[in-house]
Amino acid sequence: MINSEESATSVDPSRFDGPDATGHFGPYGGIFVGETLIAAVEELAEVYESLSSDKEFWAEYDYELKHYVGRPSPLYFAERLTDAAGGGKLYLKREDLNHTGAHKVNNTIGQALLAKRMGKTRIIAETGAGQHGVASATVAARLGLECHVYMGADDIVRQAPNVYRMKLLGANVISVNSGSRTLKDAMNEALRDWATNVDNTYYIIGTVAGPHPYPKLVRDFQCIIGRETREQSLEQIGRLPDALVACVGGGSNAIGLFHPFLKDESVAMYGVEAGGHGIATGQHAAPLSAGSPGVLHGNRTYLMSDAAGQILETHSVSAGLDYPGVGPEHSWLKDLKRVNYVDATDEEAMEAFHKLTRLEGIIPALESSHAVASAMKLAATMPKDKCIIINLSGRGDKDIETVAKIEGIKL
Amino acid sequence: MSRIEHIAQKAAAAKKKLLIPYLVAGDPNLETTSALMHKLVEQGADIIELGIPFSDPSSDGPVIQRGVERSLSKETTLKQVLEIVAEFRKVDAQTGIVLMGYLNPIEIMTYKTFVDEASHVGVDGVLIVDLPPAEAHDLHAMLRESEIDTIFLVAPTTRDDRVASITALCSGYLYYVSLKGVTGAALTDFGSVTANISNLRERTKLPIVIGFGIKDASSAGAMGQLADGVIIGSALVEKIALLADQVDQDAAVLSETTQVIAQAREALNKLV
Ligand SMILES: Cc1ncc(COP(=O)(O)O)c(C=O)c1O
Repeated sequence: MINSEESATSVDPSRFDGPDATGHFGPYGGIFVGETLIAAVEELAEVYESLSSDKEFWAEYDYELKHYVGRPSPLYFAERLTDAAGGGKLYLKREDLNHTGAHKVNNTIGQALLAKRMGKTRIIAETGAGQHGVASATVAARLGLECHVYMGADDIVRQAPNVYRMKLLGANVISVNSGSRTLKDAMNEALRDWATNVDNTYYIIGTVAGPHPYPKLVRDFQCIIGRETREQSLEQIGRLPDALVACVGGGSNAIGLFHPFLKDESVAMYGVEAGGHGIATGQHAAPLSAGSPGVLHGNRTYLMSDAAGQILETHSVSAGLDYPGVGPEHSWLKDLKRVNYVDATDEEAMEAFHKLTRLEGIIPALESSHAVASAMKLAATMPKDKCIIINLSGRGDKDIETVAKIEGIKL
Repeated sequence: MSRIEHIAQKAAAAKKKLLIPYLVAGDPNLETTSALMHKLVEQGADIIELGIPFSDPSSDGPVIQRGVERSLSKETTLKQVLEIVAEFRKVDAQTGIVLMGYLNPIEIMTYKTFVDEASHVGVDGVLIVDLPPAEAHDLHAMLRESEIDTIFLVAPTTRDDRVASITALCSGYLYYVSLKGVTGAALTDFGSVTANISNLRERTKLPIVIGFGIKDASSAGAMGQLADGVIIGSALVEKIALLADQVDQDAAVLSETTQVIAQAREALNKLV
């Protein structure tokens, strides 16, 4: 018998096939850039489309993932973390074990190969925490491309080790002094550079945001996470998981995990935004939980903006989640109610950071710690035979100074 | 006929070039912007592009970015920008006013409120930098309904097969971006501008004005020769920046600030 209530809320699966030809996920996404960049994004969309059936390109991508990145990454049963949460079983998808220490490289390898195909010799990127900058500088070194990374002046101070890493890799790190001097301003500056040097330059966007086709192509490159997880789940658990949990900054690690499962109605999904000091304080980075639709950086999506339409400054303990927008596909999945968007505060993330470190010997990135915090809460509400997979998007080596500083420890 | 069409036709009949200064509303404050607008008319402006400040002006270079930051430090809102237009219209019914900015403040205000208010206060045209024609249909239809022109950009990178989709929605004038880059960059490739403008002439009857990189009488004269008018932004905003710390903004000071516009007017008048 069909449960009428359930069929009323379930969504026509074709609605997950986006974006449409003009880059829309329902009312979100699209192309909102200055005229100078239109030809460049259209060319990118055309080239990317033509590659969809190009076996050689995807074989090269797979080869790099296997031999350079070290994929597949394990799906790991976190037994002691499960015991601590007291309920459903917790598994970790170990993106922290990738070369450069996070999921970001899945995307940068793909886009750098694309840049090479397009005959571009110069790579630019924006970065907040420096993870995407490092992943971009890494693949630029690997493929012999010139690389310039835009980074907010405040972030350069907060993330000094990653700045040095990028420089070691041969990248030119450019300090951005405009606006709030953080990630969103770095993205503005990268867009300005692209408009100026559009002939020879490829812009590697670090998450599923930006104008079409970026939200699609970054998602496609990150979907390796979900495809592996699916196989590993069938193999190790013997069935699909009951829930997936991932942190959401721009949303690339989350969509990479979620997308291959969107049509599996039995799989619940949780995207965890940065709750900062708490949603009620206004000091957070949770546009899906507390924002409203608007247009920024080339697409229509949920944003944190004030009553006059100015983009608000955000706060999160993790620099990688400190962004006022989110990828347009997440906005659509929120409206469709396919994914539940929740938040974890700075404090909850810090607690989860320590728990995972002590219970499993795995130091998670502060971004990923948000997912761990939320998943532990979820597990506690579930019986022991349920399985939850957490996307452990990165390792926490980059964050130890931040954690020490917050806890008043001098290194 | 819209006010901008009227201004353009009159100029064409008199063999006169259009001079269009750009300034950021609220830079350094709303009162000064109001005073500057009248002063710009005195110096020879036919149309004024009034910038709506936005926190993330990703098509603008450093000079206009700083102008926007000065304005936003006073928390200038789109509503206040519309109010200065209303004030201006009380005194001046001739000069064209084009609001130029980014989409988000307008989305948040809602298209309907924005268009109603803009029409009510006497705005003549709207140019939204990050709203290409493919995404502009709803707003364009509402603006047209209220007889406000929607102005679009054509860039050196714009493909020929795209121009028709731009001119289909564009009215008032077509804004040709002289260079690959952001506002305030230096114009170096005159040759490509000449070729692209003559190519555009074959595709549209709209008046064509050139902006980006025009910074003085000489570049205004050179570009004015190729087009129906010129836009001067960063060179003016750079002067307005000097007002920021100045308490005493009498008429002489404002004349000095807007001198580049008077000089451009003179250079353009010599062309015919
Ligand atoms: C480890 C890690 N996880 C997550 C993120 C957030 O990005 P996204 O939401 O695109 O996965 C970042 C961004 O820097 C990161 O470094």
